[in-house]
Amino acid sequence: MIRISVGPDDFDIAVETARVSGQGGGAIASFIGQVRDDGNLQSLALEHYPAMTEKALHKIAETARADWPLHAVTIIHRVGKLAVGDNIVLVITGSDHRGAAIEACSFIMDKLKTVAPFWKKETRTDGTTKWIEERASDVDASQKWDLRKN
Amino acid sequence: MARSLDIVYFAWVRERLGLDQEQVALGEGIETIADVVMMLVARGGVYAEIFADLAKLRFALDQDYGLPASPLGSAKELAIFPPVTGG
Repeated sequence: MIRISVGPDDFDIAVETARVSGQGGGAIASFIGQVRDDGNLQSLALEHYPAMTEKALHKIAETARADWPLHAVTIIHRVGKLAVGDNIVLVITGSDHRGAAIEACSFIMDKLKTVAPFWKKETRTDGTTKWIEERASDVDASQKWDLRKN
Repeated sequence: MARSLDIVYFAWVRERLGLDQEQVALGEGIETIADVVMMLVARGGVYAEIFADLAKLRFALDQDYGLPASPLGSAKELAIFPPVTGG
């Protein structure tokens, strides 16, 4: 089962984990990304391309399901204005064994960060704003999976 | 009848243009994403500044990633945006 959700609302990790657990298997891996306090960050504004976002996330989840034996994949990503410490993204994978669950969760996050059409704009405590730029380390992490498959 | 294409912009591309979408008519010889971008650059001003460096931009045709050389085919929507930064 694949569950994709994109919107402004926060998520309930217990509820989402139970949903994945209910699909069988004994290994569940999850990742939660939150707004990091790096000193003088006020808030983040997350923009996305609604017509493309869910399609892109579905494709990532389908690829993960084709490459690992997964019972369930959940991807939830928030948009709109978020404060320091707020949840941004949740990925949960369920499988029979931990290796598949953990690897697939890692794969999904690496791809999400480089493929899913979201953009972050930060507002500093002094009021200045800036669009966050792509990180080379994220691109490398994403490409490493493609190389591994070849 | 002339072909038309909806172009949608996101993040700093949208902000710098002051525009989130527009419809353009596709003249003779406009066959690829790069052709559309060159048409935008030819408008000059902020378009020329933003679209001159293709390496800073990403493209999607009908919500699937494309490259500058990708043919437009029968696509209805071209999206132009910076590299993504979600997660």
